[in-house]
Amino acid sequence: MAFPDEPVTTEEAAGSGGAANGGSPNGESPNGGSPNGGSPNGGSPNGAGADGTAIPGARPGGHAAFITVGSALVLGFLGVFFAWPVAAILRLGLSSGLDEILTAPETWRIVAFTLGQAAASTLLAIVAGMPLAYLLARVPVPGKALLRALITVPFVLPTLVVGMAFRALLGTAEPNAWAIVLANAFFNVAVVARTVSGLWTQLDPRATDAARSLGAGPLRAFRTVTLPALRPALWSAGAVVFLFCSTSFGVVLVLGGGRYRTLETEIYLRTVRLLDLSGAAALSLLQLAAVLAALAVAAIARGRRENALALRRSRAAVRRPSGLEWIPVGCAVLVLGALAAPIVALLVRSVNSRGGWSLAGYRALSGTGGVLDVSGWQAAWNSLRAATDATWMSLLLGVLACLVLTSLRSRWTAELMDAGLMLPLGVSAVTVGFGYLVTLHVLPGDLRTSPLLVPFAQALVITPLVIRTILPVLRSVDPRVRAAAATLGAGPWRIRREVDLPLAGRAVMTAAGFGFVVALGEFGATGFLARPETPTLPVAISTLISRPGELNTQMAYAACALLMLVTAGAVLLIETLRSDSAGEF
Amino acid sequence: MRRSTARRTRAALAMAVTLLVAGCSLMGTGRDSQAPTVTLVTHDSFVISDELRKRFRQDSGYRLRILRKGDAGELTNELVLTKDAPIGDVAFGVDSTYLSRAVDNGVFASYSPENGDHIPIEYAYGGNDSPTPVDAGDVCVNIDLRWFEQHDLEPPAELADLAEPRYAGLFAVPDPATSSPGLAFLLNTVSTFGEQGWQNYWQRLLANDVRISSGWQQAYKQDFSGSSGGGSRPIVLSYASSPAAEVDRNGQPRTKALLETCYRQVEYAGVIDGTTNLQGARELMDFLLSWKFQRRMPEQMYVYPVLLGVELPDSWRDVAPRPSEPTEMKPQRVERNRAEWIRQWRSLTNR
Repeated sequence: MAFPDEPVTTEEAAGSGGAANGGSPNGESPNGGSPNGGSPNGGSPNGAGADGTAIPGARPGGHAAFITVGSALVLGFLGVFFAWPVAAILRLGLSSGLDEILTAPETWRIVAFTLGQAAASTLLAIVAGMPLAYLLARVPVPGKALLRALITVPFVLPTLVVGMAFRALLGTAEPNAWAIVLANAFFNVAVVARTVSGLWTQLDPRATDAARSLGAGPLRAFRTVTLPALRPALWSAGAVVFLFCSTSFGVVLVLGGGRYRTLETEIYLRTVRLLDLSGAAALSLLQLAAVLAALAVAAIARGRRENALALRRSRAAVRRPSGLEWIPVGCAVLVLGALAAPIVALLVRSVNSRGGWSLAGYRALSGTGGVLDVSGWQAAWNSLRAATDATWMSLLLGVLACLVLTSLRSRWTAELMDAGLMLPLGVSAVTVGFGYLVTLHVLPGDLRTSPLLVPFAQALVITPLVIRTILPVLRSVDPRVRAAAATLGAGPWRIRREVDLPLAGRAVMTAAGFGFVVALGEFGATGFLARPETPTLPVAISTLISRPGELNTQMAYAACALLMLVTAGAVLLIETLRSDSAGEF
Repeated sequence: MRRSTARRTRAALAMAVTLLVAGCSLMGTGRDSQAPTVTLVTHDSFVISDELRKRFRQDSGYRLRILRKGDAGELTNELVLTKDAPIGDVAFGVDSTYLSRAVDNGVFASYSPENGDHIPIEYAYGGNDSPTPVDAGDVCVNIDLRWFEQHDLEPPAELADLAEPRYAGLFAVPDPATSSPGLAFLLNTVSTFGEQGWQNYWQRLLANDVRISSGWQQAYKQDFSGSSGGGSRPIVLSYASSPAAEVDRNGQPRTKALLETCYRQVEYAGVIDGTTNLQGARELMDFLLSWKFQRRMPEQMYVYPVLLGVELPDSWRDVAPRPSEPTEMKPQRVERNRAEWIRQWRSLTNR
């Protein structure tokens, strides 16, 4: 492709110790090693300093027309499918009683527990995800593509079933806050492992090697070279996981047993059960405020750290671990074991019941009749179809948004737009779903009852994931590569095609795979939309698990197995395409 | 060389992806212009066989479209929110716990379906007008027969027994705040022990180590010893119909519903006020109360049909008979007190 194998930057060893890769993101640090080689603009991600002087071509084509059209499309989608419905349902509910809820001490206990459990879950997901990321990025493992596909499997499993599996495995029939944290982390380890390993794979290993040869131990080299370089991906993953966990619903319900309540479960209770829209609106506003605050904290903490990195794939980076490097490998194996435990439990349940071992569940699933309208295969096919739509929509939006975000001149405009696109992850699915009911009929074609509403709503959840996967990579592209291309006569579109696309290509495919998985698992807003007539696998599982009878239970677990199989297969396929198309640069 | 190969790969890939997306996409589907459609808005538990669906199309000329929306509570609230711009023609599944709210908000238009005369009067909400009762699902305490046999313990008979020390640590029940049958059980205790006595009863249940979980799935499928989950509690809150699903290979029931602990939840259907397809809506209402649909309801949805003279399946007659005198509560009374009772229950159980 465009710049095969040519090192993107060359000064890894120039700085002192490990500072070269990330130690001085803003060029403010006195210890040299400014990635831009003394340019006064330092490592500003977009190649433009605060004073507005741009390196020619360093920003990927900042022409006004594209930015305008792109922003209009992205913000238009966000407006129609998020801002408008949420505002409408809040307006319906906001009358009296706001102060009553805000002054209740119980409300603040719920807010504290929501944020606390989300923070603990995020921390655990990061701690568990890092060794996996290392394994995927740096260690030669046979069948790595399969491993990458398999770790996404937890993400699609219905929260009700996983919650019940944790309840059984941990033996905690009583409400248990730590079980909630564990289960949340179980779902989200894949987000961390995949996001971080995506960047790690592309980090030039020679920076670490240089640090090591200058006398740093493996731990020090990791702490001072690798970790700072991985920071953009860590922040990205952390933000996504935090938002997912703060709106986690099924897990909190099953394992919290009504005693541990979050804003999400409370909004559900008020909206769906008590039919108290004004209470729900007050709590939704609170949720919105909490999410905005969390995003702001993340943005400030992240600061300008998304700096230019030496992105370079090198086969030499993947090598047999030696000495202390076996420790993270060992941790990764432990994490994999922990991830596998609930999954194995589900698989065992699908073939085992009080009548002994049998494949009755699978046999019944392949036929029709009983409580399901369709066979398991048909449900799997329905799932694949719905997920395909959601994936291409969110890829289109996400890539467009990334191009716009990296083209915007003002950092704060970009931050605001970025935060706006993240918001749907942090707002209650009930609020969004009920918001659709009171708004979308105004549009032609009454989307409220269309089978396309589900993919639209899923795109709302997946697009921020796509952005979080692609944007760190795009922002890490050294501006001088673009500058060089511009100097050589490439126009803005050519630079996008020849520089950004190849570098971000892997990330785009990773995002596609992940988005597909999210859609297959029907994560988020879709839980409160009209179910499509054609049941998908998660719908079938929920129907089966809600019926008495041994066969129904076994069928539910067999359908889980089928869902896992379909997921692993789809991700494997998408990732195979990835290595074919954008494998080398 | 390498560049052009890469480009060709990319082009081929793009084409493959386009084809795949086009083949998989839902775009362009869903609008079948062959026949006029009628839309049924219902809850996730609604099941209809392909055969019955075809029958409806043949008999009425309408294609049946189904929108499933959560459970009875969610369904009701969504119907109320969309009453000025309805999302369907007929609603089925609003139960006696939530009916009052739907009626008060004018969700339903008036219609008396063909077989309306064959519905016993005790199911009716108001007059014999819409909304029309379609089925009853009785929420009852179930027990694991074998456990009581093995432990040589007399099974409980009525609600009061469950608070007796000899049944300590044996009962599992879902949370009234988050589960439909759980709420029915709370209403049952209010109905049985009165507004003054129900809190005291629950205190005794708590002292007797009742296990409360957030959903029926955990209580029945995990905590109950009589289901396939093999839990440790031989008494659970479920439905009168549940034992029909727990019959062993020899046709012997493993579980039993205690018929003196039942609370009746009636599910209603009605023409949605403001529908643009009144004719189709009426056809569908008639169909829901037709003999052929009612006869299939037990096996498909685990509920008791309302039509007089519809026989239960053979397999049900012995193991899942219809409770004869279940407790009930007027929808109006439920509507007035639901939120307050749940609040009191939560503070009582520290949830």
